[in-house]
Amino acid sequence: MTPAGDGLVPIEDPTQAVVGTGVPPIIAPGYTFGSVTDKIAAIVLARKTPLGWWLGFGAAFMLTLLLFAALSYLVVTGIGIWGNNVPIGWAFDITNFVWWIGIGHAGTLISAILLLLKQPWRTSINRFAEAMTLFAVACAGIFPLFHTGRPWLAYWMLPYPNTMGVWPQFRSPLIWDVFAVSTYATVSLLFWFVGLVPDLATLRDRSQSRIGGVVYGMLAMGWRGSAHHWHRYETAYLLLAGLATPLVVSVHTVVSFDFAIAIVPGWHTTIFPPYFVAGAIYSGFAMVLTLAIPIRAIYGLEDFITMRHLQNMAKVMLVTGLIVAYGYTIEAFIAWYGADK
Amino acid sequence: MGFGIRDSAEWLRDSTERIQDSAGFASNGSGAGKSRIPSPESRPDGFWRTLDELAGNPAFRERLYQEFPSQIEAITDPVERRTFLRLMGASLALAGLTACTRQPEEKIVPYVRQPEEIIPGKPLFFATAMPLGGVAAGLLVESHEGRPTKIEGNPQHPGSLGATDIFAQASVLGLYDPDRSQTLTRVGEIHPWPAFLGAIRAALTAQQSLQGAGLRILTESVNSPTLAAQIRDLLARFPQAKWHQWDPASRENARAGAMLAFGEYVEAQYRLDQADVILALDADFLGCGSGGLRYARDFTARRQPQRADRMNRLYALECMPTSTGARADHRLPLRASEIERVARLIAAGVGVSGLGPQVVFNPPFKWVDAITKDLQAHRGSSLVVAGDGQPAIVHAIAHAMNQTLGNVGRTLVYTDPVEAAPVDQLQSLRDLAADMDAGKVDLLVIVGGNPVYTSPADIALAGAMNNVALRVHLSLYDDETSELCHWQIPEAHFLESWSDARAYDGTVSIIQPLIAPLYGGKSAHELLAAMSDRPEQSGYDIVRQYWNRVRLATGSGSRSSSVESGQTYVVSGLSRTPQQAGERAATQPSPGPALSPEFDATWRRWLHDGVVPNTAFQPRSVAVKSGVLSPSSQPALFGGPSTGAGQGLEIVFRNDPSILDGRFANNGWLQELPKQITKLTWDNAVLVSPATAERLKAGGFPSAQGGEHGNITSSLVELRYGGRTVRGALLVVVGHPDDCATVHLGYGRRRAGHLGTGAGFDANAIRTSDAPWFGGGLDIVNTGDTFSLACTQFHHLMEGRGMVHAVTRDEFVRDPKSVHESRGTGIVGANGETPPRTITLYPEFKYEGYKWGMAIDVNACIGCNACVVGCQAENNIPVVGKDQVLRGREMHWIRVDTYYRGPAANPETYFQPVPCMQCENAPCEVVCPVGATVHSDEGLNDMVYNRCVGTRYCSNNCPYKVRRFNFLLYQDWNTPSLKLGRNPDVTVRSRGVMEKCTYCVQRINAAKIESEKQDRSVRDGEIQTACQQACPANAIVFGNLNDPGSRVAQLQAEVRNYSLLGELNTRPRTTYLAAIRNANRELDA
Repeated sequence: MTPAGDGLVPIEDPTQAVVGTGVPPIIAPGYTFGSVTDKIAAIVLARKTPLGWWLGFGAAFMLTLLLFAALSYLVVTGIGIWGNNVPIGWAFDITNFVWWIGIGHAGTLISAILLLLKQPWRTSINRFAEAMTLFAVACAGIFPLFHTGRPWLAYWMLPYPNTMGVWPQFRSPLIWDVFAVSTYATVSLLFWFVGLVPDLATLRDRSQSRIGGVVYGMLAMGWRGSAHHWHRYETAYLLLAGLATPLVVSVHTVVSFDFAIAIVPGWHTTIFPPYFVAGAIYSGFAMVLTLAIPIRAIYGLEDFITMRHLQNMAKVMLVTGLIVAYGYTIEAFIAWYGADK
Repeated sequence: MGFGIRDSAEWLRDSTERIQDSAGFASNGSGAGKSRIPSPESRPDGFWRTLDELAGNPAFRERLYQEFPSQIEAITDPVERRTFLRLMGASLALAGLTACTRQPEEKIVPYVRQPEEIIPGKPLFFATAMPLGGVAAGLLVESHEGRPTKIEGNPQHPGSLGATDIFAQASVLGLYDPDRSQTLTRVGEIHPWPAFLGAIRAALTAQQSLQGAGLRILTESVNSPTLAAQIRDLLARFPQAKWHQWDPASRENARAGAMLAFGEYVEAQYRLDQADVILALDADFLGCGSGGLRYARDFTARRQPQRADRMNRLYALECMPTSTGARADHRLPLRASEIERVARLIAAGVGVSGLGPQVVFNPPFKWVDAITKDLQAHRGSSLVVAGDGQPAIVHAIAHAMNQTLGNVGRTLVYTDPVEAAPVDQLQSLRDLAADMDAGKVDLLVIVGGNPVYTSPADIALAGAMNNVALRVHLSLYDDETSELCHWQIPEAHFLESWSDARAYDGTVSIIQPLIAPLYGGKSAHELLAAMSDRPEQSGYDIVRQYWNRVRLATGSGSRSSSVESGQTYVVSGLSRTPQQAGERAATQPSPGPALSPEFDATWRRWLHDGVVPNTAFQPRSVAVKSGVLSPSSQPALFGGPSTGAGQGLEIVFRNDPSILDGRFANNGWLQELPKQITKLTWDNAVLVSPATAERLKAGGFPSAQGGEHGNITSSLVELRYGGRTVRGALLVVVGHPDDCATVHLGYGRRRAGHLGTGAGFDANAIRTSDAPWFGGGLDIVNTGDTFSLACTQFHHLMEGRGMVHAVTRDEFVRDPKSVHESRGTGIVGANGETPPRTITLYPEFKYEGYKWGMAIDVNACIGCNACVVGCQAENNIPVVGKDQVLRGREMHWIRVDTYYRGPAANPETYFQPVPCMQCENAPCEVVCPVGATVHSDEGLNDMVYNRCVGTRYCSNNCPYKVRRFNFLLYQDWNTPSLKLGRNPDVTVRSRGVMEKCTYCVQRINAAKIESEKQDRSVRDGEIQTACQQACPANAIVFGNLNDPGSRVAQLQAEVRNYSLLGELNTRPRTTYLAAIRNANRELDA
């Protein structure tokens, strides 16, 4: 979380409240690059892992084990345990998929679109929003895989050369999903990792332990902080941002096609793509806030994640929430207006 | 039991009012208790499938739209939760190890010597027959490498004409049922056959001195001439022995009716193809019983709306709605006890004399008037049919009406009974029980049947069993009767044994085995032989020698001139054809003459054809005796129809439409088959009308709680009748008469096998022999408990879209296009309008060779379900069990949707079978990510099971909901006997795979290969899909749409043709022909 992460010239002094508006500053006064780095690196390197973290980790680990148990039971027994039936072939599974993919959108939006829009306030939240995106995409990936009746054959949805001479059926939105989601996962991972390289180098330099030094060193990929490095880094980051930007819109649009392409009454609706994207950003920002507010308190980061961030994110949520509300309204309106039974 | 003029006039007024009320005509309907009954005003002219749909119940709509099934069911259900936790523990250990359901390894062993005629992969067909309830239907059985796999009708057999019923279709599963009785046991211990021979011979030797006074034989209805001869032979050796018969599936009342009317047992055979006006008095002649398949074929052949002279009219007065009532042009729901009164009024109207006090009615009862007029207008071409559940007097009245109307010899003929020895079976059973009670019986041999379970409650057969020293039971299952018998002999299935049987018209078929007895079972012939002086004679020899004797006795040829001329001999009061005289002669005990080679050739011809020529009975002339129709001569058996509002309800007992008297209780195909009309599976229920359910404050409406649309949480009620009680779930049946409850027999079995035991409730427990089919004085008490019924009527609802098309014949003649009017459904684009072809982005498919298509005539479909079971047998469709049906996961590839129109008290009923539509623009094809469902160059939507990964997207996108998913491992991969019965031409699907109707692609390919070998194209009619082949009504036609001369192409060109949901531009190639009701204008006002 290096403030200079993207190296762009701030268009305002981040430590100052916007004059005359009462808008809080992006960062509390009195920090330098060095003190920010000190404070953040200390969380990783110096601070003793508190007992609460272990408790939380233990609880999460148990839940993960429960997930593995449930998935094993699913694979052994069959998809029937989910209560689906013939009119309702999807329910639990694809709903979860859509939800997780939606959550992930906030990370990309913050990283890519806000970068291109030169919103410097993003820098204190983008890293963990991106991490959240990665985990959300990983979670989302579970469901399309395990929702199939025979998950051990789900790889047939990938176009790989094979002796059977069969190929995916590219008219199916599920295939579009496969590409949209895998692209999204790849780009998100790259974006996250490229952005992380200078920070990993900082951790490498400050690490007190041998293992830390080696691991961070390998991950830092020889970053030395030279001007050349910074130059290439910024070019790459900008390019990735350009790549990721359409994905923010396209991924959930494609996901919405799963429904909009179908002829099922209630699914076959043109409003689904914008409605899904707005819903994704809405829920994604909600998740960022859900994570940011506790982290801010627990790790004492109130100076970095200020009220300004919370306000900005709340504004994004307000707008997307209104779009979602519009979507709901129009869905009901069109059903009425269409006079279809 | 007489009823006065005033009584009947009052009753008529009541009943007219009731009918008018129920039809929604009366403006001042008696308010109480009608609030929830949907009024026709809400959907004036539309079709509906459920009462909630009719009423527009918001809770129901909400449920219909409910997106999320109760996925946590498995965890909230306590039993399931334990299973879940246990499995979860186990699967945790297995985590990562298991990836897929491994299919077991099997060794393939080649033939060392190839059996004659067997080419692996090429099925052989053998003719045989299935006896049921004293009547046989001729069958062709498909055999793969010596294993019977599929039953078809024998086109040469007069009782089948190529069609089959559900029982014949499902019998192949009965053959392989792993729960069959498999070993000969004596009080639970396994013994060899000689041990039984020793025991029975000792017992018979003891009887020798008594002339058999202690010997009793109890059989089902016997219609095997050979078996009858064997029994008579035995009776000749033991003159004091007695032969009793009890067969709950046979036609007790028809026999009694003939005896009452004519003083002798005769069989009425209907010629429905000759009848213009038919009156069914609680008779389900289409759906079940003797000759039902033939009658359905003949009946639908007369339902051609284009031709005035080929459109008959059917009136049905009935209690429990049946297939026949559903196909009737006018159906009047009446309590079973009321049928007789209306029958008397109509009989009086058409001029039957001797009815006793003349009935005058005021105000005139329009139904009686209209039916009477119509019958009178069609003298000689009308027909009155009385139902098997109606007492003898109603049969006698029907006989008298037919005689008065001059129908005898035209629309019906009388012949000798097809049963070998018709008796009053209830009396027979009663006598037996009395003898047993009195200790007169030392040796009881029960040949087939399960009398301990099926006997009425007041005949205490079970208790009397202990008074018999030696009890022997031959049966397919180790059942309730076996439990009380010393010896349990596993019976050979009819597909495993030699026998013979008569069809509804007397035609004899030789029953030949398709496979050696799987469990060393014995046939009835072999058991009787064991009691004769030649105990080791095989069933083959017994049957063959009998027919050799018959043939010698009737002369050298198989045909004789007197048979041709229809001349009959009169032998001791019974007329007999020479053939029958020969059969009689053949019953004389004799070792049997040598078999000539000439007989051998004849015998082989009989076996090949499946029928013995010229064995059909000749018509006989009989006259209704005078004085039998007056009310005083009415047997007091059935009680008076005095079931006013205050005097309790009436109860009606019927054999179950799927499992009959319980004999098929362990047959999964039949248990899971949605029953005709009720669409109930795996249970029986107390069936009442909506208004009666309302009055009882009990319901069987689909429940919003717990589960899917198939789950009806119904009230558990207690039936109190004649001092006996039984508990059962209530189910509302539209069209059922009020103040009356129908219960189906055959359930509540204690020893039926894994599937049948414990399903439903035992209605025999309250059924008494003085009123075996209906009676008054029933009390229904709501216990407050609930019970889940699995009913498929609520599955696959299409939200008021894609309803059936139907109009009256008058409307059709006025404007044939009127069949496609949406009739008040208010659906945009539902008027058969199809979007332009250019609307799709994808190019059109080109069909160079064949282009398969199907037409289903809704006008012909009688909803008998034969197609459903036929499809299940042909395509290896698994049985999923009640729990899965409750979750909406039944696997049938074809379903029969029931649509109603009009008021809930007496709606019009239409059946619409729905297989895969094989759409031209198939919504399923474009959404499959792996290309597992693809369009073939002949227009089929091929399903590639191997390729399917199970995303279920195709099923979501199917507007007809015809795709079925293997949510769990439904197919039984382990039971060895079940593997034998599968069709080797069809893939057995594992879990996680989507499946659906393929138009029987294996049959298409077989015919194509055959035609290519002969260098020709496939002929029209050469390919019959399994559903089409089973259909008794010829409602399903399959063929090549590229051939304009094919039947299917011609049908699809008819004006009645419509596509289901054609407005979606799916362009289905399965289309429907609209139903036409030939309404009587007088009644249709």
